[in-house]
Amino acid sequence: MSIYRLALSAFGVLMVVFLVAPTLVLVPVSFSSGRALQFPPPGFSLRWYETIVTSPTWSFSTVVSFQIAVLTAILASILGTLAAFGLVRGRFPGQSVANAVLLSPMIVPVVIIAIGMFAVFASWRLAGSPLALIIAHTVLALPYVVVNVGASLRTVDRTLEAASMNLGAGPLTTFRYVTLPLILPGVLAGALFAFIVSWDEVVVSIFLSSPFLQTLPVVMWNQISEAVDPTVAAVATLLTFATTILFALATFVQRRSER
Amino acid sequence: MAAGLRKASPRRGNRWAWFVLPALLFLAVFFVYPLYEMLNRSFTEPDVGLQNNVAFFGTDVYVRVLINTLRISFLITAICMLFAYPYAYIMAHASRRTAGVLLIAVLVPFWSSILVRTYAWAVILQDTGLINSLLLGLGLVDEPLSLVRNLLGTVIGMVHILMPFMVLPIYAVMKGIDTNLVKAAANLGSSPLDAFRRVYLPLSLPGVFAGSLLVFVLSLGSYVTPAVLGNPDQAMLGQVIVTQVQSLLNWGMGAAMALILLLVTLLILAIAGRIVNIGDAFGGRTTD
Repeated sequence: MSIYRLALSAFGVLMVVFLVAPTLVLVPVSFSSGRALQFPPPGFSLRWYETIVTSPTWSFSTVVSFQIAVLTAILASILGTLAAFGLVRGRFPGQSVANAVLLSPMIVPVVIIAIGMFAVFASWRLAGSPLALIIAHTVLALPYVVVNVGASLRTVDRTLEAASMNLGAGPLTTFRYVTLPLILPGVLAGALFAFIVSWDEVVVSIFLSSPFLQTLPVVMWNQISEAVDPTVAAVATLLTFATTILFALATFVQRRSER
Repeated sequence: MAAGLRKASPRRGNRWAWFVLPALLFLAVFFVYPLYEMLNRSFTEPDVGLQNNVAFFGTDVYVRVLINTLRISFLITAICMLFAYPYAYIMAHASRRTAGVLLIAVLVPFWSSILVRTYAWAVILQDTGLINSLLLGLGLVDEPLSLVRNLLGTVIGMVHILMPFMVLPIYAVMKGIDTNLVKAAANLGSSPLDAFRRVYLPLSLPGVFAGSLLVFVLSLGSYVTPAVLGNPDQAMLGQVIVTQVQSLLNWGMGAAMALILLLVTLLILAIAGRIVNIGDAFGGRTTD
């Protein structure tokens, strides 16, 4: 019995290493002083982080990615929150179809979404514009907002709203002072997820970007095939750092809203 | 007045229904229409008809890509299942603290982007990478092993990326299993192995099933990881679709392949939807 337990524990430890190590490997590489990817790194330096800041391609795409992610989060939160209200509180014919459509960007393989948008956005003269990326990322992010806001909306005690209305508050005032504060954690979690979806998105962005407008993952994607110096490792480390913090934040907010 | 109170009244309900409209219109214009327009090209380009679909199933190379994609996805699913099951078991029955650590270990890869994880594996597995440097340094091998740009690379990367989608559903089901049932079986004379096999295992199967379907569907549509870590000569469907559209500008064939990928995906999800709640399963995040 104890050998069995020991084997199970050893397996658990190995799995933890397998799951976590790959993400951590990039950190020492990103601080390497050597020009090539090598193990162990010959020395410590910040030169690859310097490259990110000084290279126009990397710094410009970081700014582009950030702006697009912020605008995506805003647009997706507005559309998604409204839709969650409709889905949770509405009773209408075709409701299950509407629900399926709103969640479907999560289910359709992203390669298919990418070439579909590529086909149509080009003829609309949208491809290569920031607007195209914002729209595309909003499509991909909407389900996350709908799911998160929907979940917190289901927990709202409707008698509180009724009480507010009975006391003479209009629908807008009631929304502003009663409903919104109650669902705010869900909306925030949804917005953070939407930001991350946009910030990390690569496949659709490859198709919709132009040589003059590339998000950070697209630049990374282009460099990976050449994959020579550790700049990509530095970018990856920064990306991971940013997303981990945001995800932890989103999960924290989500937990609180479920309580 | 009291917009919230009478949710049973259909008229009130319909007023809330309008709130869905902006998002639905947005998706109709920027998601559903582009998909329709693109998929339609499989029947209209270069000529109207079924020629692309006939050509797909009539061309050895394409059929092999489809079979290859199904085979790789199946392999990835099986390996994930093999490793995720005992892992989820430990998680479900360990102390709170251990379970917390194991949960975070699953969520950390979940939190970093697919591109980053794929790149990390390239750094680890390539000829000058971590593993080969280690093996060469220790004198265990004379020349670097080829761990990447082949099936092995794809499978390692994909198993790592999709593991959370297998672990989490299994864990969720195992958490709900009443362990007294296993104890009862033992009291009634079953050996531990027998009690596990005949009581615990069947009860945990819904989680295994949900996780497997998720992993299988997600690997079918994958693009980034096989493109970076895989063998270009044994491409998966996602890669071939991109090549058809991006390099060959062969929209008809690209769309026909996309249609096949979409139909297979929807078919599997439809089967899955009868058994598990897809929305719950996708509650985390999807892959590339």
